[in-house]
Amino acid sequence: MIAVALWSVAVLLALAPAGIVLSRHPRGSIILYGGCLIATSALCITALSDLFDVPHLTQSATLPVGLPWLGAHFRLDALSAFFLVVVNLGGVAASLFALGYSRHEDSPGRVLPFYPAYLAAMNVVVLANDAFSFLVAWEFMSLTSWAMVVSHHREAENVRAGYVYLLMASFGTLTLLLAFGLLASGAGYDFDAIRASHPSAALTGMVVILVLLGAGSKAGLVPLHAWLPLAHPAAPSHVSGLMSGVMTKVAVYGFVRIVFDLLPEPVWWWSMVVLLVGGPTATLGVLYALMQRDIKRVLAYSTIENIGIIFTGLGLALAFKAEGLDWVAALAFTAAMLHVFNHALFKSLLFFGAGAVLGATGERDMEKLGGLIHRMPTTAVAVLVGCIAISALPPFNGFVSEWLTFQAILLSPQLSSWGLKLIIPAVGGLLALAAAFAAACFVKLYGISFLGRPRSDVAASAHETDRFSLTAMLMLAALCLLAGILPGLFIDALAPVSKNMVGNVMPHQVGLQWLTIVPIAESRSSYNGLLVFLFVALCGTAAASAIHRFASDRLRRTAAWDCGYPDPNPTIQYSASSFSQPIRRVFGSVVFAAREIGEMPPPSSPLPARFQVELRDLIWDGLYAPIAIVIGFATDRINILQFLSIRRYLTLVFVALIVLLLVVAV
Amino acid sequence: MSSLQFDIAHLLAGSLVLASFMMLYQDRLYALLNVYALHAGVLALSVAWQAYVQQAPHLYVTALIALVFKAIIIPVALHRIIRRLGIHREIENVIGVGLTMMAGIGLVALSMVVMLRVTPDADALAREDLAFALSVVLLGLLIMVTRRNAVSQVVGFMSLENGLVLAATGAKGMPLVVEISVAFSVLIAFIVIGIFLFRIRERFDSVDVQALDRFRGERR
Repeated sequence: MIAVALWSVAVLLALAPAGIVLSRHPRGSIILYGGCLIATSALCITALSDLFDVPHLTQSATLPVGLPWLGAHFRLDALSAFFLVVVNLGGVAASLFALGYSRHEDSPGRVLPFYPAYLAAMNVVVLANDAFSFLVAWEFMSLTSWAMVVSHHREAENVRAGYVYLLMASFGTLTLLLAFGLLASGAGYDFDAIRASHPSAALTGMVVILVLLGAGSKAGLVPLHAWLPLAHPAAPSHVSGLMSGVMTKVAVYGFVRIVFDLLPEPVWWWSMVVLLVGGPTATLGVLYALMQRDIKRVLAYSTIENIGIIFTGLGLALAFKAEGLDWVAALAFTAAMLHVFNHALFKSLLFFGAGAVLGATGERDMEKLGGLIHRMPTTAVAVLVGCIAISALPPFNGFVSEWLTFQAILLSPQLSSWGLKLIIPAVGGLLALAAAFAAACFVKLYGISFLGRPRSDVAASAHETDRFSLTAMLMLAALCLLAGILPGLFIDALAPVSKNMVGNVMPHQVGLQWLTIVPIAESRSSYNGLLVFLFVALCGTAAASAIHRFASDRLRRTAAWDCGYPDPNPTIQYSASSFSQPIRRVFGSVVFAAREIGEMPPPSSPLPARFQVELRDLIWDGLYAPIAIVIGFATDRINILQFLSIRRYLTLVFVALIVLLLVVAV
Repeated sequence: MSSLQFDIAHLLAGSLVLASFMMLYQDRLYALLNVYALHAGVLALSVAWQAYVQQAPHLYVTALIALVFKAIIIPVALHRIIRRLGIHREIENVIGVGLTMMAGIGLVALSMVVMLRVTPDADALAREDLAFALSVVLLGLLIMVTRRNAVSQVVGFMSLENGLVLAATGAKGMPLVVEISVAFSVLIAFIVIGIFLFRIRERFDSVDVQALDRFRGERR
């Protein structure tokens, strides 16, 4: 089936130049997104059928492109098949959403050619089986997404986002290039050869650090996350959904492929590094998210949080695998992979929701929204599902994967290393904090944007979005629910992946009574999404009907109680920043050096009272700004080289040649 | 290969290096051009000898190209350019002849050491040829670096290219297409540089490249 996959990728690549022509045509974007929809559906179905056909799963193919003596190697195994499903499910949803959303695009020529190429690049990264194809596709993925980030280039903010993104992407590719260079030193660039080689311990250690930097910068691990909240919101919403929901997962794929598959058995300190990065990433990401007012920015920061959760799961898997407890490693690894899948679903859904709101109102600032639940009822339902799922509340899918991660954390006393024994509960604490913050963050996002009264005229005059977008969002919402109430199905589908990567699988789930899932043994813990769902649904319906029956049997419309405020101005409502104020006061003064400046004029003065909050990004100030200063200083010095005379350039060439010859001679 | 054939090839390649040295200390443009013509003539002889030794008739074509273009057409053309620019009386202040010659000797020694070290398995003739060719290339670069006048820089570049041709013919099996394309690329480079010379001259009344530096507001 790898042939089908490669042909579909070829179709996507062929659609890219067609996009240039189609962008001039009034219905061109419909044709293009329709083509992408078909190609990604084919890829998704192929990968799904492969994932369930375990004996014939692993297939390879070599194409005579790329480096002349190497060719391009492709391989489809359980891990690739799973990530193909994630990538293309996101691709299907985004293409479907874009069928409707693309009406809002004022310069389609800046998006259409890059969109299919971007999808193709992500697929090739997942399919590649040699370092050269992998890196080329990786860089291609960065470049095409960069082009879409700067598609609305008239806003200075977007151009800056594109610049920072390009820098960080180059940095990430550089570290991956170095990592592959180290790995290839004994084997060559083919992944099969790298798998068969036996690199030394020092070399593998360096590779792990480099890959963590390279894949982590693309995925958004703190402190390499700086580009992500700038770049993801700047792109058109369906692309934002793909970047946040899918591209970060491709980065996770890169990490898993290299660290779990290409490298030999893990060493305990690898997991220490991954855990120490993953846990703080989760908490800091969501703390940042809580401080934002821009919907898409909140979502981008929340992606950082979820990447932290995924990397924590991977770190746990590494720790348990290094100690030989591969049955727990399978649990942690499956939890991470399940969260990869879940996050792709609900983050795409939420970005599409943000896109629908943006299309209907032209606003991304929560403080200008409100009351959208009456104007966009279907969108509101879909976004509500996404918010519940991402806050890890049962019966939706986010709960399952986070719960499984915590189950693995609770097994940490079985480890023998004292360092890990101490660190893992601390990381668990950070994760629990992150989960609570995430709930607060999405209560704020939903409550301020969709509930209450409209805070601006555009919000008051919003209309429900088009049918394609609604279908895409409802499809994702349904999948979130399905993965939440039937998680056993998804866990079993992940068994071949975990078998390949950590050498063991979780217990078989389908067929247990009442569709329960049992991570280790029934005596320890179990979860039943279906029962929770039925219970929630029954109680909710019963409570609602009881209230309607006994408390408000008649619909009455009266003037709302005004809390003692006679002013009907909607700005007196609870605002986004007032909602996050308590958390900002507790944590913000340390993490963001937050300062509140209140100016109260004397009683007789007619001046208005002012209240201002100042937040600083300490990671930016402490890490990125000094680097920028140093580089600026160095380039100023080197800049002299740009204005030499011809003879001096010749002399430089000459001297360089002589020095190199001397090196050869001596 | 008889010892006599080897010795003659050696002699011709050595003469090419010697001609490069002669170019190093010429401070008059006409003299420099004459030595360059000699340089190209020796190259043509050397290539023709290689053609005879290797029994590769296509190398005769290369020799002919070297003779016609490099030993006759280009020097004559440069002569005309110099006359038209009116700089035939100019004396170039080459920085310290002694120093330049010492540097040249050092470069030849360096190229011998490098080439003899990295090609222990190669054919003896090819080894010597490559070593001499590298010396000629390095000396050509040295000429370009030490001269101020744009015409002498062009001549340095041409002699550098002669070194490349020497290397190419020393290695057996170089296809003719490659040599012809190299020869033509040099010709085109020559034409382009010639045009530029006149443009520079038109604007600055001099082909001393220092004028360019002054124009750009450069401090010396």
